[in-house]
Amino acid sequence: MDAIILQILNGLDKGSAYALIALGLTLIFGTLGVVNFAHGALFMIGAFCAVTMQRLLSLSYEEIDPTRTDFLGNPLKVEVPYVEHWFGPDLGGAIVDWSVPLGILLAIPVMIGLGFAMERGLIKHFYKRPHADQILVTFGLAIVLQEIIKYFFGANPIQTGAPSAFSGSFDFGTLLGFDPNVIIYPYWRMVYFLFSLVIIGGVFAFLQFTTFGMVVRAGMADRETVGLLGIDIDRRFTLMFGLAAAVAGLAGVMYTPILAPNYHMGMDFLVLSFVVVVVGGMGSLPGAVLAGFLLGILQSFASMNEVKSLIPGIDQVIIYLVAIVILLTRPRGLMGRKGVMED
Amino acid sequence: MTKSTLTRRGVIKTGAYAGAGLALPTIFTSRARAFTNAPSGNTVTFGFNVPQTGPYADEGLDELRAQELAVEHLNGMGDGGMLNTFSSKALDGTGILGKQVEYVTGDTQTKSDAARASAKAMIEKDGVVMINGGSSSGVAVAVQGLCQEAGIIFMAGLTHSNDTTGKDRKKNGFRHFFNAYMSGAALAPVLEKAYGTDRRAYHLTADYTWGYTQQESIQASTEAIGWETVNNVLTPVGAGDFSSYIAPVLNSGADVLVLNHYGGDMINSITQAVQFGLRDKQVNGKQFEIVVPLYSELMAEGAGDNIKGVYGSMNWNWQLSDPGTKAFVKSFGEKYGRPPSNSAHTCYVQTLLYADAVARAGSFDPCAVAEALEGFEFDGMGNGPVLYRAEDHQCFKDVLVMKGKENPSTKYDILEIVEVTPVDHVTYPPDHPMFGGAEATLGQCNNGA
Repeated sequence: MDAIILQILNGLDKGSAYALIALGLTLIFGTLGVVNFAHGALFMIGAFCAVTMQRLLSLSYEEIDPTRTDFLGNPLKVEVPYVEHWFGPDLGGAIVDWSVPLGILLAIPVMIGLGFAMERGLIKHFYKRPHADQILVTFGLAIVLQEIIKYFFGANPIQTGAPSAFSGSFDFGTLLGFDPNVIIYPYWRMVYFLFSLVIIGGVFAFLQFTTFGMVVRAGMADRETVGLLGIDIDRRFTLMFGLAAAVAGLAGVMYTPILAPNYHMGMDFLVLSFVVVVVGGMGSLPGAVLAGFLLGILQSFASMNEVKSLIPGIDQVIIYLVAIVILLTRPRGLMGRKGVMED
Repeated sequence: MTKSTLTRRGVIKTGAYAGAGLALPTIFTSRARAFTNAPSGNTVTFGFNVPQTGPYADEGLDELRAQELAVEHLNGMGDGGMLNTFSSKALDGTGILGKQVEYVTGDTQTKSDAARASAKAMIEKDGVVMINGGSSSGVAVAVQGLCQEAGIIFMAGLTHSNDTTGKDRKKNGFRHFFNAYMSGAALAPVLEKAYGTDRRAYHLTADYTWGYTQQESIQASTEAIGWETVNNVLTPVGAGDFSSYIAPVLNSGADVLVLNHYGGDMINSITQAVQFGLRDKQVNGKQFEIVVPLYSELMAEGAGDNIKGVYGSMNWNWQLSDPGTKAFVKSFGEKYGRPPSNSAHTCYVQTLLYADAVARAGSFDPCAVAEALEGFEFDGMGNGPVLYRAEDHQCFKDVLVMKGKENPSTKYDILEIVEVTPVDHVTYPPDHPMFGGAEATLGQCNNGA
C-alpha cells in the first residue's frame, strides 16, 4: 500500500510536466492546426531562463584576497556577487537563493516574445502546407534552438537548486498512520505539482470565462465562420501561440530543481508529450491534462522493483505500450473529438 | 578541319594503361609498408578521439586541452610540463625520432558507433599512428577493438570498466586510468573507518558495461568488510529523473546508497537523493549516507553543494603535491586558467607515454611500441611509481579516495583527498575472475602489415 501511494506521488511531478507541455501542444494544434515539434525546445528554453536568472543574480566582481592563494599560488581572486554588495550578504544571499522562482519574471516576457517571433517569422508560412512539412520545419527549429543553448551554456547539465526553504522532504506516511520515512515526498515537487495545477486552472479559466477565450474556442471549433463574422482570428491565434510558449517555459523554469537542465532535455520530454497528446485525444485540452498525469503515474509504477523484476525494461516502454492499447481500443484517444486530423 | 582519331577502344586502352601506371607506385608502397600508417616525411600524426558533442562534451573538451598541451611539450614549445619530471629521458622536446608531432581530432559523441566511425576516418584518411582519448567504457572497448584490427596503438582515455583491460583486453590497447576493482579496493577501508562494518547498502547502477563491473566490484569489497547488500537496481543511462528509483530506498532498510552513475546521470541522481532528504534521515539508528564510487572534477562542479561529505575515488587529482603533478598543473593552469581534470591528466600522460615508448623502441611499429610499454616502470607523472603491467596492459599505481569538501574556497577545490591508497592494496592477479578469469588474453599484436 505504502509503495503504491509513494509511486502515485512520484508520478505527479513528472505528470505535471507532461500535462503542461501537452496542454501547450494541444493549444497550438487546436488553434493553428500546426504540429509543433519545437515545443520541447520551448520547455528547455524556459529551464534555461531559470539558469540565466541564476547567472544574472550571481554576476560578480573580483576582489583580491591577499591572505589566500589560488591553485597556482597566486593571490586568490574572490568573486563577490553584486547583489550581495548592494543589499548586504543576508538579503543578497536570499535573492540568489530564490533565483529559480524569480526566473519566472524573466521567462514570461522571453517566452511570449519567442512564441510571437516563431509564429510570425516562421510557422505562419507553413499553415497551408502539409503536416509533414510543419513537423520538419519545427523539428529543425528545435535543433537550432538546442544548438544555440549548447553554444552558450555548454553540454553538461547545470545544477539550479530550489530555494533552501524547500529543501528536504515531507513525511506523508506519518499523516496516514505509516511509520516515519516510509512515504516521503520532496517539498519542491509538491510546489511543482501545485504550480502546475494553478497554471492549468488559469489556462482553462482564461478560455472559459473571458471573451477572448470564447472567441478562441469558437475559432477552434470553426475557424471559417468566426472569420466571416469579422473577427481577426489569426491575431488571436498568434497570441495563443505566445501563451502556449509561456506555459511550456514556466513548466521548464520550475522543473530545473527537479532535473538539472541540459540542452537536450526538451527532446526527451517532447516525444513523451506527443504520446500524451495522442492518448488524451488530439485537440482535447482536458484529455491532454488527464493523459499527462495518468502516464506520469503509470511510468512511475513501471519503475518499481517489483514490476521490473517481473518484466525487465518495462519502465522504458510502458508509455508506448499504453498508447498502443488505447489507440487500438479508442482510436481517437481518451477524450478526442470526431473529425480532428481525420480529413 | 582534321578528323579526330579517337575511338572507343583507343580511349579504353589508353585509360587502362594510364590507370595501371598511376596505380603502380601505390602497389609497391603498400607491399613495401612495414606497418599501418608508417610515417613518411618529417611529421607524425596522432588521433585524438574525444566526445566533442553530447552529454560528456565538457569532459572531452578538457581532454583536448591536455592533448594539445602534450603535443606542444613534445614539440619543444611551452615549459615542457611533465617531460621535466618524467623518469624516462628518451624524449628531448624535438618531436619523436626527429619528426614533429601533428594531431587530428574526432568526435566520439559518447556513442560506440560514432566513435568507431571517427576513429576509422582518422586511421584511413589522416594516417594516424595512435588513437587516444574518450570518456566512456562502451566507447573505449569499441575503439580498442577497431585499433587492434587496423594495426595501430590505442591509448585509452577515461574508461573505468574492468572489461577494458579485463575480458576485452587487446594487445594493441593500453589503459593508464584506474578501474572499478581498484575503486572498490581503495574505498572499502575508508568506508569501514567512516561508517563502520554494520551497514546495509542499496545500489543504483547505470545499465551498461561500466555500471555492472563497478557495482560488482563495490559490492564485493564492501561485503568483505561486513556490509550487507540490500538491493541493486539497474537504471537506464540518461534517465534524467531518478526519483522513482530513489523513493523506495529508505523503506528498504538500507542506510547507505551507492550511486554507480557517471556524468549527467550522477549529477541528477545525487541531487534528487539529497532533495528527497535522504542525507537528513536516521535509519537503523545511523545517519543515512551516500557513496559515489567514481568521482570527476567536472561532475563534482555540476553537483555543487550536494556532494559535501560524500566519499568517492579518483585516478588522480590536481591537489597532489608531487613534482610531476605540480609541473602539469602549472603549465595547464597558465595556458587555460583552470586546473586540469583527471580525464585531462590521463590523456596527457598517455600521449607522453606513447611518444616515450616510440623513442625507446626506436620505431613507430605498433608491435615494437607495445613491447616497449609492456612491463614499463616509470615515475614523475603524478601518483608516484607506476607499472604498465605486461599481462593485461593496465597501469598500477596509487589510487585516491576523495570526499566532497565542506567549505570549498574556490569552485575548483570542491573535492579533498582523504587518502592515497598504496598500489599494493589495489593490485589483483591478471586472471582475476572479475577480469575475464583465465580465458582472458591479449591476443596477438597486429601492426597491419
